[in-house]
Amino acid sequence: MGQGLEIRWHGRGGQGAKTAALLLADVAFKTGAYVQGFPEYGPERMGAPITAYNRISRDEIRVHSNIYTPDLVVVVDETLLHSVDVTAGLKDDGAIIINTPKTREEITGLLRGYKGRVYTVDARAISVETLGKNFPNSPMLAAAVAVSRVMDKESFIREMRTSYEHKFAKKPEVIEGNMRALTMTFEALAGDLK
Amino acid sequence: MPKKDRMSGNEAVAYAIRQVNPDVMPAFPITPSTEIPQMVSTYIANGQMDTEFIPVESEHSSMSATIGAEAAGARSLTATSSAGLALMWEELLLAASNRMPCALALVNRTLSGPININCDHSDSMGARDTGWIQIYAETNQEAYDNFIQAYPIAENKKVHLPIMICQDGFITSHAVQNIELLDDDTVKDFVGTYEPEEYLLNPGKPVSVGPYSISNYAMEAKKNQEIAMENSKEVILEVARKFEHISGRKYGLFEEYKTEDADYIMLIMGSAAGTAKQACDDLREKGMKVGILKLRVFRPFPAKEIADTLRNCKCVAIMDRCESYNGNGGPLSMEVCSALFKYKVSIEAVSYMYGLAGRDFTVDHVYDIFEETDAAIKGGTEPEQYKYIGLRE
Repeated sequence: MGQGLEIRWHGRGGQGAKTAALLLADVAFKTGAYVQGFPEYGPERMGAPITAYNRISRDEIRVHSNIYTPDLVVVVDETLLHSVDVTAGLKDDGAIIINTPKTREEITGLLRGYKGRVYTVDARAISVETLGKNFPNSPMLAAAVAVSRVMDKESFIREMRTSYEHKFAKKPEVIEGNMRALTMTFEALAGDLK
Repeated sequence: MPKKDRMSGNEAVAYAIRQVNPDVMPAFPITPSTEIPQMVSTYIANGQMDTEFIPVESEHSSMSATIGAEAAGARSLTATSSAGLALMWEELLLAASNRMPCALALVNRTLSGPININCDHSDSMGARDTGWIQIYAETNQEAYDNFIQAYPIAENKKVHLPIMICQDGFITSHAVQNIELLDDDTVKDFVGTYEPEEYLLNPGKPVSVGPYSISNYAMEAKKNQEIAMENSKEVILEVARKFEHISGRKYGLFEEYKTEDADYIMLIMGSAAGTAKQACDDLREKGMKVGILKLRVFRPFPAKEIADTLRNCKCVAIMDRCESYNGNGGPLSMEVCSALFKYKVSIEAVSYMYGLAGRDFTVDHVYDIFEETDAAIKGGTEPEQYKYIGLRE
């Protein structure tokens, strides 16, 4: 993979982990990068654990396998920590982001001794505040960009507005809420990312 | 001007279909190809193309309607996967033997059982002797490019055969990746207008399609079909040369990746070829002389060309993504071995089975294959002839 960045997403069917991975590929593409965004398909149903992946690189991406030694893991649903080995293969100099109201100290015990950086984001609270419902994928996408630094905040926000205007052309009332969810996530993580 | 974009393999093929704007598309949905007719019907509903879309009740009907439309003189196509292709079995043979230059966008998926939605090549390999041209893609880009080349190959007067444009289910069909798209006018000029010589809706020149043939004539019809398949090889190369002029992208019957001085070559098709090329570069850095032969055109089978490319290596690993249940290896392996014998190429050839029903294929698997090949050749031992890769312990 050379200098590329590899990301693995863990979520439950219906939470938008796959959509978040595809959106990340979309915005990273706009920075001129080579991108890959793909879900791992199984017997998909609401609530079942699902995995999605991203590769982002300055070089052409030729590998078509799943990702086994990611640089970043994003956990969209913290209940998965009990059933899925989310840190499997995660690089020690990498990072994991977990959607939880708990603090880093409270959650680290569930990470099977993972030595790398751990970030927590209360994506549910952010989503409920900005969208009135629990759609954790927008905050988790913002967190993935903030932690991986795959692109700077300003261009990410700009590109996401364009994406949302396209994606939500028929329900424009949700665009501002999603945009607020993104900026609130950056603010929430600002202290940890100094 | 070509446009840099990102899309999934299914989106890329649907985009190509919009640009080509064929006359008729009958289709029935099946995972993982469903998005193709879904996106095409959206393009039609939005007024971006004027193909006649026929929602049918099964794949048996979609292929029958494709043949009917093509026989009437319309440029036609359908899309399917897995059991959908199996249900078309009888019609696939009719399309080819009636010399219908229709197209099929195939998104490869395994056949039951166990029932499974993921990729392997057992659907298209099962149809390998139906008389269709078969072209495989490593990436979304290749699936797009191959579809644009489909009609100029199929409709060529020396060919007149149906063509199947294959891509790997989910691995490319559902993965978003970078792509370069040609503009609509360039594609339309390249593909041109379909002008069938003989067709049912031509009152000036009545013809019959699919009549009974007594034994006195039927064998000649089959021989003509075989000649058309042989002719298609040169036409595929000619269309690829023209395509290079408009796109800058070069295609052949297969791609030779670092094979020229290679001691060991892996022969592979589809998306796994990209993974193999990455592993090949890694091993080259360590000083191993390895190469990849990525087969693009499986029908017609380029037997002599493959044999010539393999002539100077010590061992070839032939990678099948489809079981043949014959005890010796998959269909690709059987055909390559027969080509080696026929053209008197005496090298070691090992049959590998990988990626069945979506089992992941990784760079580590490629390292393992080349390393065990190297150990056997250097140790002077006979390599094991038929092996499975990535099985659970």
